[in-house]
Amino acid sequence: MNASLPSVQAATFDEQVNDVFAPISDVITGIVFAAVPLDFIDEGVELPLIVVWLVVAGIFFTIYLKGFQFRAFGHAIQLIKGKYDDPEDAGEVTHFQALATAVSGTVGLGNIAGVAVAVSLGGPGATFWMIIAGLVGMCTKGVECTLGVKYRRVYPDGRVSGGPMYYLSQGLKEKGKGTLGKVLAVLFCIFTLGGAVGGGNMFQANQAFAQAQSVTGGADGWLGFGAAGAVFGLVLAILVGAVIIGGIRSIARVTDKLVPFMAIFYVVACLSVLFANFAQIPDALWEILRTAFSPEAGFGGVVGVLIQGFRRAAFSNEAGLGSAAIAHSAVKTNEPATEGHVAVLEPFVDTVVICTMTALAIVITGTWADEASAPGVETTSAAFETVASWFPIVLAVAVILFAYSTMLAWSYYGLKASTYLFGESMLVDRTWKLIFCIFVVIGASSTLDAVIGFSDSMIFLMSLPNIIGLYILSRVVKRELFGYRERLADGALLPVAERGVTPRPTGGSTAGSTGNDGTTINPPPSVDGR
Amino acid sequence: MSASIIVGLDGSEASGRAADAAADAARRHDLRLVLACVVPWSPYSFSTAEENERRAIDKEREAKSARERVLDPAVARLSAAADLTVEGVVRHGHPAETLVALAREHDAAWIIVGRTGQSRVRTLLFGSTPSSLIQLSPIPVLVVP
Repeated sequence: MNASLPSVQAATFDEQVNDVFAPISDVITGIVFAAVPLDFIDEGVELPLIVVWLVVAGIFFTIYLKGFQFRAFGHAIQLIKGKYDDPEDAGEVTHFQALATAVSGTVGLGNIAGVAVAVSLGGPGATFWMIIAGLVGMCTKGVECTLGVKYRRVYPDGRVSGGPMYYLSQGLKEKGKGTLGKVLAVLFCIFTLGGAVGGGNMFQANQAFAQAQSVTGGADGWLGFGAAGAVFGLVLAILVGAVIIGGIRSIARVTDKLVPFMAIFYVVACLSVLFANFAQIPDALWEILRTAFSPEAGFGGVVGVLIQGFRRAAFSNEAGLGSAAIAHSAVKTNEPATEGHVAVLEPFVDTVVICTMTALAIVITGTWADEASAPGVETTSAAFETVASWFPIVLAVAVILFAYSTMLAWSYYGLKASTYLFGESMLVDRTWKLIFCIFVVIGASSTLDAVIGFSDSMIFLMSLPNIIGLYILSRVVKRELFGYRERLADGALLPVAERGVTPRPTGGSTAGSTGNDGTTINPPPSVDGR
Repeated sequence: MSASIIVGLDGSEASGRAADAAADAARRHDLRLVLACVVPWSPYSFSTAEENERRAIDKEREAKSARERVLDPAVARLSAAADLTVEGVVRHGHPAETLVALAREHDAAWIIVGRTGQSRVRTLLFGSTPSSLIQLSPIPVLVVP
């Protein structure tokens, strides 16, 4: 007993938390990321089955729906601009709001730290496969959000709940597979709870702390003491709790405006890194393309790069996981297919635009190859530092805000899963939110490996019941999407401006005064009359 | 021939004075008085998933609050004089654009609003309803100090 005392005292609080957490994470990671050894291709190359599961679904739906995501793009833009919103919808959740909410949930550290991990482990070529996975994921996302709206539940008090648990239970019941649907819905909810705690919470808290520590002087700075992670986590937990438990909606309103602003700011910051290294862009692009198929590494190398790219893309844009369908379900529309169209923009913004920006910044500056720093947000930070010494501080602010907004979104996904499992009650609501806040502290205290493994595992597990449901309901989706496209092509669905009704007010537009409804306003009576 | 006068109400003293001025004009020209309370809302605002889910309920609550707190007392006060036809409307949207839309719907001759004392910084950043109205409205706008 006495002999073990010194070592216990020597272990920091972070290490103690990690010691408890890492073995659990290892077991779950081992199961979820069970991989097939591809020794016949190259020694040591392994193919994680869960990645195959996601990519095959994306490819299947892309073929089955005839490249729907590419054809949907133009109409999706029209929808978020409100061109098809009936004025009767005014005051409800618009396509833009549903998209913005879901994007704020997915644009998080995966776009910054995850990309750095992928490029550090897989090389620049991982970027290429990340983009491909993003393009394929657009279709999966469209499919799940169409179903999310079709099978959502509208309560008598006007609240709306939707997501995979509803389309799995209701949709499969319609197909005569009610029991299977219920089992899959319950499994989905359990995994969502784990995912919300892991990727939606601990991973965010962990990387936010890593970045805050890094810009304040690293291990020697004022966030370098042993329990710094726990203290940082505690502050973060209070800020998260203030919104989700206390319902201080003004804070949420501020962050909701700040986060999209930071997303744009982040893209501008990435662009400035790219412009500062303008001459290297062609070489970097060639490097990405060349190493995507890296002939010198052989087929095994290609598979390794591809896996890293796909894995990170799936983690970042969440296509196939079903999470976004929960956020998209609240949209005000009578056509589920409209939200299917809008949702395809999400992986595009998240992966094809923002992740690619990060990857290019890392590849161009060469920080991905620096073995001195651990792969993660620090790699991206180093890339930013090549432009100006204060740039990492900008990144740190972006990281913490992204992490914060992602936590808020995932606390909601977890809440929906817990109320589905245990019923709508204040006890369930409060218990879940309390647990969520506790895990913010644990996430900030644990090391990257344990957290990233756990979060990946639980989030990827969500795709198991979700994609089974998507396959079973694929004909329903096809009917919805293709039926809608046919009516659109036939002119049965016109933009509001062409229907002879007044469009809803749009910011800064004078559309309201241009007389789209054909009415004329009579001149006023003479003021002399007064 | 126009049929009404639109008054934008926000519960401020200035909007009360605007309502009085509008009532006077309505009497002189034998026009209906439409008191409008617009709850600011944009289809392009960012909101949380939880807010989205509750949007339908919140919308009703906001409209009810605006009606009870601002609109009904004003309608009751101006209707007390039996020589006026007064009606109240609550809408969600961009205040200036919605008032213009209401003016079109109600065939209005004027839009009358109060000049509320927003801070100069706030006005600089977000603009004010009267100045937006002046730019957007196809009919005369009367701003009451």
